[in-house]
Amino acid sequence: MTMTKRQLLMKKYVSSIALVFGLLVGGTSAMASEEGGLPSAGTNVNDQASLQRGAKLFFNYCVGCHSLKYARYARISEDLGLSEKEVMENLNFTGAKFGEPVISHMPEASGQQFFGKAPPDLSLEVRAKGADWVYGYLNAFYLDPSRPVGWNNTVFPNASMPNPLWELQGLQTAVMKADDKEAVEKLELTQPGKLTPVQFQQATRDLATFLEYVAEPAALQRQRYGIWVLLFLAGFTLLAYMLKKEYWKDVH
Amino acid sequence: MANEVVDHGRRRFLTATTAVVGGVGVVAAVVPFIKSWEPSARAKAAGAPYTADISKIEAGQMVTFAWRSLPVFVVNRTKVQLDALPSQDARLVDPKSDSGSAEQQPKYAQNEARSIKPEWLVLVGLCTHLGCVPDFVPVMKPEPFDPQWKGGFYCPCHKSRYDMAGRVYQGVPAPKNLLVPPHHFVDDTHIQIGVDPKEAG
Amino acid sequence: MANVFSRIGDWVNERAPNMMPAYRKHMTEYYAPKNFNLWYYFGSLAIVVLVNQIVTGIFLTMNYKPSAAEAFASVEYIMRDVEWGWLIRYMHSTGASLFFVVVLLHMFRGLLYGSYHKPRELVWLLGMLIFLVLMAEAFMGYVLPWGNMSFWGAKVIISLFGTVPVIGNTLVEWIMGDFLPADATLNRFFALHVIALPLVLLLLVVLHIAALHEVGSNNPDGVEIKKGPKGNRWDANKPADGIPFHPYYSVKDLFGVGFFLTIAAFIIFFAPTFGGWFLEHDNFIPANNLVTPTHIKPVWYFTPFYAILRMIPSFFGTALWGVLGMFGAIAVLFVLPWIDAGKVRSIRYRGTGYKVALGLFVVSFLSLGAVGAGVVAELIPEWFGASADATFLENTFGRVMTLIYFGYFVFLWVYTHLGMEKTKPVPDRVVYDHD
Repeated sequence: MTMTKRQLLMKKYVSSIALVFGLLVGGTSAMASEEGGLPSAGTNVNDQASLQRGAKLFFNYCVGCHSLKYARYARISEDLGLSEKEVMENLNFTGAKFGEPVISHMPEASGQQFFGKAPPDLSLEVRAKGADWVYGYLNAFYLDPSRPVGWNNTVFPNASMPNPLWELQGLQTAVMKADDKEAVEKLELTQPGKLTPVQFQQATRDLATFLEYVAEPAALQRQRYGIWVLLFLAGFTLLAYMLKKEYWKDVH
Repeated sequence: MANEVVDHGRRRFLTATTAVVGGVGVVAAVVPFIKSWEPSARAKAAGAPYTADISKIEAGQMVTFAWRSLPVFVVNRTKVQLDALPSQDARLVDPKSDSGSAEQQPKYAQNEARSIKPEWLVLVGLCTHLGCVPDFVPVMKPEPFDPQWKGGFYCPCHKSRYDMAGRVYQGVPAPKNLLVPPHHFVDDTHIQIGVDPKEAG
Repeated sequence: MANVFSRIGDWVNERAPNMMPAYRKHMTEYYAPKNFNLWYYFGSLAIVVLVNQIVTGIFLTMNYKPSAAEAFASVEYIMRDVEWGWLIRYMHSTGASLFFVVVLLHMFRGLLYGSYHKPRELVWLLGMLIFLVLMAEAFMGYVLPWGNMSFWGAKVIISLFGTVPVIGNTLVEWIMGDFLPADATLNRFFALHVIALPLVLLLLVVLHIAALHEVGSNNPDGVEIKKGPKGNRWDANKPADGIPFHPYYSVKDLFGVGFFLTIAAFIIFFAPTFGGWFLEHDNFIPANNLVTPTHIKPVWYFTPFYAILRMIPSFFGTALWGVLGMFGAIAVLFVLPWIDAGKVRSIRYRGTGYKVALGLFVVSFLSLGAVGAGVVAELIPEWFGASADATFLENTFGRVMTLIYFGYFVFLWVYTHLGMEKTKPVPDRVVYDHD
């Protein structure tokens, strides 16, 4: 179920009017999608298995360059249902303490030297760009000899980052449009990786799910508590309505 | 003005029910605000067990480490200092640490020297009176504050005195012996502060 | 127990004899028209949100760091490391947007039923001052997280003052305390946001309510209940169409508060960013003075006024006109009681011209909001094709809407001062259908 850009925009417009009229119930996080044209990542932060797989990928392929400076190992352990031992042995390769945040080992200066700019912290990447963007980005790397690092990306053109997952995905090359040699028409898998394309999509979905969780760990809590708060308030409102009805029998 | 009959029972019931349910809601809403004052994840991380290297502490010396932002004194006591401990018993509030100061140390440190290994004294360096940091005064010689001084801790704030095992003297404001935090020996030269020997396995 | 309370009461009464009567006058024995409808919930809801903002705000300051180096990280600290900090932060950020929702609806109620007419001009003026202070308060609060939208929002809004002739540039630097929004700016905005403006706001709210209780509430029929017959089942000397605020409106408002809190809780727990409208995506990127966000726009409640700013071109070599237009759009609301000389208050009995004009006014306000939020610019290629001149179309649309916005006030003056309005007969008493 992907929405067209027009439907998305209509939704946005309608919601802006709905806002002013106080019809707030219509607004859900479903309309969060800002970037049209990206495939839906299909992430679900309540899928703990997916979170665990995503964490494993992150700590094997990403943390070498990217920090999660606002996320603590202890919190990740608690929220992902992993024991302290599992986290410290399988995920924490930097020697950081359990209560400390996830800091990459790469010094900022060498990041600047290798890639032209220091690899950004990814704690809030999904809040800033969306899970769909992260998922799309991870699937959109292709070989491009004209770039300094030999890689390019259709979702983030001229990104200075090489594909960290190329062993898993294999190598993609770009097929250019017939009428415009500068524009990419589609990407082709020219050398298969360790994973099939379907497996790779799942792996990147897991990674996007993990980053979505890291961007807002409170999401797990708020959804859990939220349903009880809503039920309570609905009950209270009903009581208050009955009380109002009762008193207003006096008013003629 | 047709229906003037007011059902007072129903009115009272609804008022009371709404008030109670609303009250429960207010109390529930207050809880997160109260809990937000608890030590945060950052404070807890900073309060994690601290492993101190004691290999450089020579006999008779004290080094202060920070654990949960608290000053923790680690003293390497000499034989002379240890031998003097029983002589002070009569002047102390709770020499056996089994009445008023029963909670001031873990069970494994409830002994004359208040320690796991006799020479190694580990204390939270906060006076049990009002929480100042006492001075370490190890030399056995008459002091202005105590002519029979056999070494120990002296609090500059309100003149409380403790002996070389952190036991409080009689006649000073402090009521209890200095606190021995949970700790254990990782090996001969390292103490982990904040974890009992049993927990450490 | 009851005895203790009554003795304390007596003790206070003896020393402050006017306190209890004042309390009764404003709370328990305030007589309000019995025919309030849905639109009359928003006043009490605004108070609920105000209390929420103050309480959650106090708790946020306990962990927030008002310095350019630490602010962004301290907000994330609240969101992750402080127990329940995320809830307190979302209550505050959602409350900010909902404040504007209820206040705008509360103001629109005033337009619908002519609540600004004599003798309630003072109530309206104080209310407009509240709106103005609220906008300043919201703007400064928006800067505090020191995300990239905070930074560039501050930059753009403060730059507006640069259009002031002669002293403009000096003024801008004086407001910022630097040459860009910086640590000094953030620190002073923090001081204004957490103490100075809330004090002003509270004072204005008290005055607003006190002024209202001097003259009594208007109602959907715009009939003055004090001029009607006297005597009701509670008091022989009070207006026949009035009912005591307590218990009737207190229980009614309690229901309204319950309903409102349910909606607010839904947003807080299930859609706290509200799709990027309440908390913007680009504000999760730390302030960066070298990179402007691609989709730079103010937060939604400023968009109608921001659109007016953008739609008015600069001429005679100055951009002052747009700024004047923007502030004028707010200023003109202040003088609404003197622009509208209509003989009746409520839209129920006003002329067709008024109804059409008010409808267009609402359309123009919402459309300007859509322009300011950039929604129109995004929709144009969808509706008119990619080759359409989006800038031209957006400007045309926005300028027409700006004209309608201001046109409403011009029309209203002409319509009422020249006696062109044909009103319907107003009933002597309020219309109340017992349900």
